[in-house]
Amino acid sequence: MKTILPHNALSLEKSSPGRRGVRFEPVQKHASAYLPEAYLRKSAPKLPELSEFETVRHFTRLSELNYCLDGEFYPLGSCTMKYNPKAYDFLSALPGFTQVHPLAPESSVQGTLEMLYHFQELLKKVTGLAAFTLQPAAGAHGELTGILTARAYHDARKDFKRTEVIVPDTAHGTNPATAHMAGYTVVNIKSAPDGRVDKAALQQALSDKTAVVMLTVPNTVGLFETDIREIADMVHKAGALFYLDGANFNALAGLVKPADMGADLMHLNVHKSFAAPHGGGGPGAGPVGAAAHVAPFLPKPMVELKNGKYTLSGKMPKSLGKMKAFYGNIAVCLRGYCYLRQFDGTTFRQIAENAILNANYIRAALKGKFNAFFDCICMHECVLSINPAEMNGVHTSDIAKRLLDYGFYAPTIYFPLIVPEAMMVEPTETESKQMMDAFVEAMEQIYTEIQTEPQTVKDAPHTQCVCRIDEVSAAREPNLRW
Amino acid sequence: MFIPHTKEDRQEMLAKIGVSSVQELLAQIPQDLLYPALDLPRALSEQELTAHVQALAARNKPLKNFIGAGIYEHFIPAAVNALSSRGEFLTAYTPYQAEASQGTLQTIYEFQSCICALTDMDVATASHYDGATALAEAALACLRITGRTEILVSAALHPHYKEVLKTYVRHQPGVCVKEAPLGADGTLDLNALDGLLSAKTACFVLATPNFFGCLEQAEAVSARVHQAGALLTAVFNPIALGVMQTPGSYNADFAVAEGQPLGNAMNFGGPGLGIMTAKKAYMRQLPGRIVGIAKDKNGRRAFVLTLQAREQHIRRERASSNICSNEALCALNAVIYLTLLGPAGLAEVAELNLERAHQLAEKLGQLPGYRVKYAAPFFNEFVLECPVPAKKIIQKLEKKNISAGYALGKDFKGMENCLLVCATETKTEADLQAYADALGGVK
Repeated sequence: MKTILPHNALSLEKSSPGRRGVRFEPVQKHASAYLPEAYLRKSAPKLPELSEFETVRHFTRLSELNYCLDGEFYPLGSCTMKYNPKAYDFLSALPGFTQVHPLAPESSVQGTLEMLYHFQELLKKVTGLAAFTLQPAAGAHGELTGILTARAYHDARKDFKRTEVIVPDTAHGTNPATAHMAGYTVVNIKSAPDGRVDKAALQQALSDKTAVVMLTVPNTVGLFETDIREIADMVHKAGALFYLDGANFNALAGLVKPADMGADLMHLNVHKSFAAPHGGGGPGAGPVGAAAHVAPFLPKPMVELKNGKYTLSGKMPKSLGKMKAFYGNIAVCLRGYCYLRQFDGTTFRQIAENAILNANYIRAALKGKFNAFFDCICMHECVLSINPAEMNGVHTSDIAKRLLDYGFYAPTIYFPLIVPEAMMVEPTETESKQMMDAFVEAMEQIYTEIQTEPQTVKDAPHTQCVCRIDEVSAAREPNLRW
Repeated sequence: MFIPHTKEDRQEMLAKIGVSSVQELLAQIPQDLLYPALDLPRALSEQELTAHVQALAARNKPLKNFIGAGIYEHFIPAAVNALSSRGEFLTAYTPYQAEASQGTLQTIYEFQSCICALTDMDVATASHYDGATALAEAALACLRITGRTEILVSAALHPHYKEVLKTYVRHQPGVCVKEAPLGADGTLDLNALDGLLSAKTACFVLATPNFFGCLEQAEAVSARVHQAGALLTAVFNPIALGVMQTPGSYNADFAVAEGQPLGNAMNFGGPGLGIMTAKKAYMRQLPGRIVGIAKDKNGRRAFVLTLQAREQHIRRERASSNICSNEALCALNAVIYLTLLGPAGLAEVAELNLERAHQLAEKLGQLPGYRVKYAAPFFNEFVLECPVPAKKIIQKLEKKNISAGYALGKDFKGMENCLLVCATETKTEADLQAYADALGGVK
């Protein structure tokens, strides 16, 4: 368990005027020799002034205030916090890759282009889709790319009446936000009592105004959409496109190809499914795949192989344009490429199966104290709910904070929205049985505490560098900078 | 191995679940969809993977780089990557559980603070994807704030930024993007700008330095834009602000940038670091995460994600943007870089950029048939007009292991002989001379 650390000062509070971390060689002439007075900065910026050693101490110390996957188990549903192999960090930091300018002559960047080309090809094989763009910087950026691709597809067919995107009420918030950004009206549909798509509700919502139906498979309550092909047929019959949110692709790779389910478009999260690190909130990468009829509308450029040379210069006349200044988060794609080269059909299948095995193990082990909201076998994550009558006024958020005291990060809480007091647990395939047993034991102890000393849980955490934070206090009079 | 389970573990787990095999757990998947052939290459061991990827890296040819055009090669002190590659930062999740994420949250607060100090703007976000997407989102905010429909951009805005902006606003009803032309000196034609600004203009996008490296008369532009009741969105270079006038000083409403030059490698253009700032009045229109100071229950200072009511996970289709993951680790590189340099180091590196670019411009402009095209002040890059197509020069100099610059003919009609050349502090005087000698030898 972590000890309580003293209050940590800001870098600026440690600052001493005139102190420096880095020196550059002297200049011959100062800025005023090159720029007229009016173009010059009037006063120095209020940046910290620390030595290199102080800077190293400062950020090392800050790093120690974090939970991280390398140190702690993150049972974070929907976020797929699985191990990030160190080889990928090492390889993505090779100067041969990092010191390459995006506008350098193509003949000088064949190694990077070759990697990107084969990453596109591998993604096609794993999903069954016809083409992939690597441009999107994250999952949500991928969603926007996918929905704008769909819009370009409908527009090219002069099918302008399609103004609606259908999303289920279990969807990630990014789905409706994305549809809105793309200029569409969002139509929310209620889920069926078993947590899956309500086909009658979907049928009722579908019309010649539907542009896209966005679904997550497995869905956000951790269940496979058993009628997925029937659903895809309904969507296609209405003339709409089926967008697959690939946030949960970790449970599919090797088991099911999205193309076989009828997906027209999908994004993948390299920082979830393909083991790239989360970095405290990015950078990620959100490649978008498309079926053959939609592929011409993906962003440009894409990497092509022509006459033995890799090139970005291909013509894509129907493309929606650009989604990002350059070609994507290359350093993250490189990690995804490494992942896809380290596994094959057999091992992908094992990865997905073990992700599913682990989630069901935790679900079964917690049964009786914390029950799954949908009492059935789940895929790679399970959504737990608490019975308020047994909880002595303790809420899910309290349990989440108490878990931190036991050395575990919290599950995803209060999502999906249709489950009251939801705790969504995704162990991923890389956690051992021993680690999951320790987690289950911690949850059982918290359950006991709820019965015997609920205030301990309500006041948690007790072991972090700060106590429970009043988040509302930050929004009242925002202090967002020194 | 990636999956840790032993055979015994697996048996015990299956028993606990009450099934006899993993296959029983897959019953909810239509069985004819299961186990498709993937046709993937053989799985590589770590040793094989390492050799394979190192061989790929070796297929990139290192050239002495004189290209800028949106991504800049700068010296990165070793402490930057040594600190940001710590697993505690690298493998942490988005700091939603604030009490267990104070390290990441404080670094973001310090990043926001450094960026505000650098720009003289009131508020900065935790980051956006890159400069182009930050600009596009700032323009969307301007459309919402003003209720107007026209986005006016400098003709010398980065061509990729123009394209991304158009992609983002294309489906906003009635919205159009127009360009304001340049004068002969490579900066905006202010009279033409006056003629284009109107009661329809939601915002003007001012890039300074602009794509040709030229510095704009930002105050004069700002006054005209605000006179028209429009908002000013500035696109800046963060290193240049070590010495250059700040967006806040010329009254920009939003200011955005590609933050890659601050301690992030070029990485073939990604990840970038979208810097997004605004005046306080527009704080609630900003997209994405923002960290603020809160108190814990003992009244001590703590850091949290705040103003989340703007964001997709709360507001869904009414959010200011769909952004979720941003570029936190790149922002961490940037704040470590700025902390190491401090105000004096940043001014020094900016002055070195000015000096090297001006030295190179002088050397190249003296070569017969070559001239520096624009008279306007510039920072670390400039347009060189050549006697032959710029493409040809790039090909010739590549043979001497020099990446000569960016050929402007692709994006700007009539500029086939123009080369955009950049020299940062990474180029020594010997490098500059080698470039001049090589260019002088082009026949």
